[in-house]
Amino acid sequence: MTPAAPRRHRKAAAYLGALAGLSLALAACSSGGGSDPAAYPEDDIEVIVPFSAGGPTDTVTRMVAEPMAEELGVQLVVQNVDGAGGTVGAGQAATAEPDGYTVLMHHIGMSTAPALYADLAYDPVADFKPVGLVTEVPMTIIARADFEPDTFEEFVTFVQENADTVTMAHAGEGSASNLCGLLLTDALGVDLTAVPYDGTGPAMAEIVGGQVDFMCDQTTNTTGQITAGEVKAYAVTTPERIEALPDLPTTTEGGQPDIQVSVWHGLYVPAETPDEIVEKLTGALQVALADQGVVDQMADLGTAPVSADQATPEAHAALLEEQIATWGGIIADGQGG
Amino acid sequence: MDLLDNLALGFSEALQWHNLLFCLLGVALGTAVGVLPGIGPTATIALLLPITFGFDDPTSALIMLAGIHYGAQYGGSTTAILLNLPGESSAAVTAIDGHQMARSGRAGVALAVAALGSFAAGTVATVVLAVAAPPLARAALAFGAAEYFSLVVLGLVASIALASGSTLKALAMIVLGILLGTVGQDLYTGTPRFTFGVRELYQGLSFVAVAVGVFGIAEILRNLHDPRTRTRMVSRVANLWPGRAELRRIVAPVLRATGLGSLLGVLPGGGHVLASYASYAVEKRISRTPGEFGHGAIEGVAGPESANNAAAQTSFIPLLTLGLPAHPVMALMVGAFIIQGITPGPDVMTEQPALVWGLIASMWIGNVLLVLLNLPLIGLWVRMLSVPYSVLFPVIVVFACIGTYSLNQNPWDVLAMAFFGVLGFVLVRCGCEPAPLLLGFVLGPMLEENLRRALLISRGDPTVFLTRPISAVLLTLAVLALVIAVLPAIRRKRDVVFAEDE
Repeated sequence: MTPAAPRRHRKAAAYLGALAGLSLALAACSSGGGSDPAAYPEDDIEVIVPFSAGGPTDTVTRMVAEPMAEELGVQLVVQNVDGAGGTVGAGQAATAEPDGYTVLMHHIGMSTAPALYADLAYDPVADFKPVGLVTEVPMTIIARADFEPDTFEEFVTFVQENADTVTMAHAGEGSASNLCGLLLTDALGVDLTAVPYDGTGPAMAEIVGGQVDFMCDQTTNTTGQITAGEVKAYAVTTPERIEALPDLPTTTEGGQPDIQVSVWHGLYVPAETPDEIVEKLTGALQVALADQGVVDQMADLGTAPVSADQATPEAHAALLEEQIATWGGIIADGQGG
Repeated sequence: MDLLDNLALGFSEALQWHNLLFCLLGVALGTAVGVLPGIGPTATIALLLPITFGFDDPTSALIMLAGIHYGAQYGGSTTAILLNLPGESSAAVTAIDGHQMARSGRAGVALAVAALGSFAAGTVATVVLAVAAPPLARAALAFGAAEYFSLVVLGLVASIALASGSTLKALAMIVLGILLGTVGQDLYTGTPRFTFGVRELYQGLSFVAVAVGVFGIAEILRNLHDPRTRTRMVSRVANLWPGRAELRRIVAPVLRATGLGSLLGVLPGGGHVLASYASYAVEKRISRTPGEFGHGAIEGVAGPESANNAAAQTSFIPLLTLGLPAHPVMALMVGAFIIQGITPGPDVMTEQPALVWGLIASMWIGNVLLVLLNLPLIGLWVRMLSVPYSVLFPVIVVFACIGTYSLNQNPWDVLAMAFFGVLGFVLVRCGCEPAPLLLGFVLGPMLEENLRRALLISRGDPTVFLTRPISAVLLTLAVLALVIAVLPAIRRKRDVVFAEDE
């Protein structure tokens, strides 16, 4: 070995170490920035995703962050602040500087947190200003490939007749699959054994492996497995059939119109944020949702951007309040027995 | 020959200059973050994920991210050996004997053995991936909650071997670790446990905070407390490279560990965390000189390092063949797939053969690059040990704090690290070792989760652990391991009793 070799490698290692350090530092200090609403944005914007990186919410965020960044002319830095069903990240966003440099992307969990967490440190309505809805991800009812029923109607009868043996997987307390499961058992009037997993990945592995019977989960997680025939799919939980799975009937077609749920995502800023800034963010969001790349990427996952009239603070606020009321009741029922 | 065609396709893809470059970038970054305590591959991949969105070729993106993942396994052993600072659960095992080797002047040998063992394991694991991925993935799906529970029981029983001292103290440490693992929100009911109203504790104690505390910070405290061990550490930086005899000693452990790691890595429920612990336990059990373990046994470095590198690579199997992510890093890879417009699922292998086989081939190339990158660095790393302690210690503490904080931007993690540093020091003074504690901490939640899940699915019928064949076999092995572990102690006691009688 020549004596020059280690020195070169040391340089390379030091450079890469510095690079890693730099990006970390960048991520950590991205929130400061100016305070003049008219000049906004002058600095990078931090987008808090209250779930782990690579998950469905994270993916949706990163899809829209890119065209939003282009529109705003600054970077949108996604920060994953995982924990306690999204309440850690949302709590952090609630107390952030209301200068538009901290934005929260949250899903349906924003509306269920008050019912699920008695000691919630923030109020989803009073502590935030909604920026606009982003997408409503449909959910699908799927089962292990050798589960007896073949159609959604058969599934309903089978579950009702075998309520004491059928097992239902979900991705943990407060997860979308948990909520859909609560809604489903509520609608079918049954009390099933719910088997929680630590995230959708492990839950899906056990459905594919035939360890549990069925699950209701987002298309972002299930489409690949459904088209490959690894799992049986019974229905989609939206009013209309979806483009990615055109053969899959809706729950309404199957005679269960009450099982309506989609994982709606929305952007929020702290409540004191000036309206001028919210307007700019809403504008950028609308541009991003009209972006063909975003439309295509979302279509691959069996979802679509919301229409322009939904990507507004007004529509977002209305849905949030309606959902808080709806889920409050269902969750209270579920916990009561 | 399908296999050869596939490999040819893979290598032609992976050897394109831009893919080679991203492979090198990935493994170099992986090494760098592996070396820095705290900043793990998950955080790095999460940070770099957005950069890959701009890549035209999804293969390049995945090759780079994969490189970070297994590259970090190489780098992680460096600080574990030199400074007793494991940044990942697998490196905690390497620290046991690796750091002892470093303290007796054999840091270079330990680092070289870790790199060579990892390379051998990486090569074999690449072949396993290429040849047996689909059937292995199918077989792994037979693992349900009952099987995971029994596997963890076996792992915990075998881990008594991790301690070189008293079996009773090792058991106590495992139990303490399991208890620490229960901190946080209960997965089943959402009930917070041992959180004392602190919302930051809802997600549990951070592994890095606990590991860096009980190993690294405690090590510094111990050194400050007892200056004699310090002088011994610097004065003798003897041979840098392993000799022929040493290389011959590690061949069998490396091969065993590779097999073990490859199998455990395939399990989608997180079997990879067991790999390095299992290898250490096996090597100590079958060693002719088990007394050396814990005092710088070369097998105790070669085995676990090979096992974790093999497992790091085969943990791609459930993702590539079934579209199922086995752990957080794989979940990030799913994100990368989706962003690149590829829906992860069982069809990926047939629909994107160039991507999948290019990725597999790149892993072997990455392993070659890692050896070329790491071996020349050993001399430099070893010289780092001669940095005066008045400089080295503060630097380690600062790095440990930054690393721990950067994981979740959670100040509580840094406080936890400090707390576990003091606890680790107290434990070492009491003759209790930190490795079994960490294992209990990692496996405790898996144990509880799968016990409860298995009973939920079986409707409260506990015989499920014995009626499912794989689970029954694993439990039988656990009982056997327990008997073997306890027997010598009983016999020795009897000998003592008899000796007194005479």
